[in-house]
Amino acid sequence: MNPNVLLAIPLLPLVAAVIAGLFGRYIGRVGAHLITIAGVAVSCVLSLGVLRDIGWGGAPTYDGPVYTWLVSDGMSMQVGFLVDRLTALMMAVVTFVSLCVHVYTIGYMRDDPGYTRFFSYISLFTFSMLMLVMSNNFMQLFFGWEAVGVVSYLLIGFWYTRPSAIFANLKAFIVNRIGDFGFVLGIAGVAYFTHSMHYADAFAAAPQMAHALIPLSSTFSANALTLICVCLFIGAMGKSAQVPLHVWLPDSMEGPTPISALIHAATMVTAGIFMVARMSPLFEYSDAALSFVLLIGATTAFFMGLLGVVNNDIKRVIAYSTLSQLGYMTVALGVSAYGAGMFHLMTHAFFKALLFLAAGSVIIGMHHEQDMRKMGGLAKYMPITAITCWIGALALIGTPFFSGFYSKDAIIEAVGESHRWGAGYAYWCVLCGVFVTALYTFRMLFMTFHGPERFRDAHAQGESHGDAKHVGHEEAGHEAHGGAPHESPWVVTLPLVALAIPSVLIGALTVGPVLFGSYFGNSIFVLPDNNVVARVGEEFSGWLPAALHGLVALPFAFALAGVITAWVFFLWRPALADAAAHRLGWLRTLLTHKYYFDWFNENVVAALTRGIGVGLWKGGDQVLIDGALVNGSAAAVGWFGGLVRRVQTGYLYSYAFWMMIGLAVLLAWFLARA
Amino acid sequence: MISLAQLLTLSGILFSLAVAGIFLNRKNVILLLMCVELLLLAANFNFIAFSRYLGDLNGQVFVFFVLTVAAAESAIGLAILVVLFRERRSINVEDLNTLKG
Repeated sequence: MNPNVLLAIPLLPLVAAVIAGLFGRYIGRVGAHLITIAGVAVSCVLSLGVLRDIGWGGAPTYDGPVYTWLVSDGMSMQVGFLVDRLTALMMAVVTFVSLCVHVYTIGYMRDDPGYTRFFSYISLFTFSMLMLVMSNNFMQLFFGWEAVGVVSYLLIGFWYTRPSAIFANLKAFIVNRIGDFGFVLGIAGVAYFTHSMHYADAFAAAPQMAHALIPLSSTFSANALTLICVCLFIGAMGKSAQVPLHVWLPDSMEGPTPISALIHAATMVTAGIFMVARMSPLFEYSDAALSFVLLIGATTAFFMGLLGVVNNDIKRVIAYSTLSQLGYMTVALGVSAYGAGMFHLMTHAFFKALLFLAAGSVIIGMHHEQDMRKMGGLAKYMPITAITCWIGALALIGTPFFSGFYSKDAIIEAVGESHRWGAGYAYWCVLCGVFVTALYTFRMLFMTFHGPERFRDAHAQGESHGDAKHVGHEEAGHEAHGGAPHESPWVVTLPLVALAIPSVLIGALTVGPVLFGSYFGNSIFVLPDNNVVARVGEEFSGWLPAALHGLVALPFAFALAGVITAWVFFLWRPALADAAAHRLGWLRTLLTHKYYFDWFNENVVAALTRGIGVGLWKGGDQVLIDGALVNGSAAAVGWFGGLVRRVQTGYLYSYAFWMMIGLAVLLAWFLARA
Repeated sequence: MISLAQLLTLSGILFSLAVAGIFLNRKNVILLLMCVELLLLAANFNFIAFSRYLGDLNGQVFVFFVLTVAAAESAIGLAILVVLFRERRSINVEDLNTLKG
């Protein structure tokens, strides 16, 4: 494979980002979006070409350095690319979703003063993400890892005049730092054992590391590989928002919707999943680490999904759904079904980006209203958005024939097949998660696109004619407002359609080769004992029988139950929902407070950290360092000087006197010695 | 015959008196100069005493040099004194404390 092509794929978005960012003022808004879209489009075409060559053209894996940054003590830090089938798949997904989001942004950000800045950021993000997935060493992986974090920070705080946005981006950054601390420790562990930053060296050393020990204290030592894997996974927990480091993701919805779709749903948050899949040769040898992964993922998948049921902000519901789906992918990793995790990552990228962009379209149509309680009945006004959103929702809940079905069903079955410690708990979590997913997804659909048109009510109140509060006056209120929800422009709906097509088809088209076939080849390593995907695949005989079988399987029954529950509670008899909420008051309180994670973080973790900080500042810095060391030594010198100054009287005779005394002392000393 | 020890004792007494004069005198700079002369004389006395004791005339030659230097020094000292008095209208030792930093 031509290295120049590989180099061009990440660098084109970077060049476009630099031009749009630094010279945006000169090239204007149209220039900015044209150049960034051109950069990403070429990059996308090249990535698809690479995917074709690698996946179907039989091209060999490319693994080589591009540039040596430095060599220190025999350990070389390089920029290099490892392009195998796993990478090629990620590259195609990243660039394709990014391209859709670029186009969509033209419509969504049309009136925003930060238009060129925004394009520069998302192009920069594309570059960072590509560097992350194409890396062949830990150094560059970490660079990409941090770079996407920085762009995420910049974009969550894109509307930097809003205090909530600044709070959210700081929160995202700090929570990710905690994860990254673990990640750095993991990389350091690998470097310690292999004296190399290269994946290939680390993978080759994995079996030895599995038997090595790292002494943690004088009496206790841990298995080296388990410790390294857990540390690396802590990094993934931060980036991929797994419990308990998930708290930043819902808040990241403060950013513009295209970003929520691109970064906080489709690509960046899946970096952790990708990383673990990439590190499968390491994780495979550590059952304990994989059990840890499994438990964290299962907990996230089920409990974070529940939070989506009580939220009323359309974007946050989808954000909790993202958390839950990331949990599914993590569960897949935990049972060694890396292929299934990556497959779900791919299908999820399409339908979740679709859902987010559809939500953004709704938000545009509702004149930047995000509260679902003020929506309803929008299907009539925004048909394209409604249809594409339905497709996304059906894919998300795992309806047979849609893409989400193949990936999610594979995960659930793989968990069922697994005998790893914790798999039983995880199985029930993912199964109940299906019900919860269907419940919150259709709650969102019904509250947004169907049912009574509550926005008239809200608008009427907004217009405030006093008597316009009743539903009976909706016509008056509507006319007074003068703007019914409207379908979005073509730049918004085109990406919706472009994403809806793979959301439906990609699962059926690729489930055979990618999941159960040999697509991943040796880019993912699974020990024969752990190969649950192969065991699931034994029963697989094509996409059509699988889907037909899916119609009578347990997960679909759970999904159907969720849909019906949502229909009963939120469309047919809304009063029942209120009654249930009253009956289960404690549960509702627990959920609306998000299991008190934020409360705990703010009142215990953050308060404790601030307390330590203030203590160190007041006690350590002000008293000890400033007071005792800096000012204290100066004061001591001054005091001693004041004392010595008295000796210097200026009288000649006293100097002579002291000279004599000195002479006498010296003489006496000499005599005493002799 | 006067022993060397007696001569040296006298020289030591002279020297001590001179030193004490420098230290204790708080009034007059002229007294300081005189004390310095006395110090030199005590040193000269040592020279002469050892010259005699060792039978070496070089010591007595040294005394002449020292006396010459002492005379010159006194002349310079008195000249400074005169200038000092013109400047400050006082030759009181207590007033001469500008040597401190």
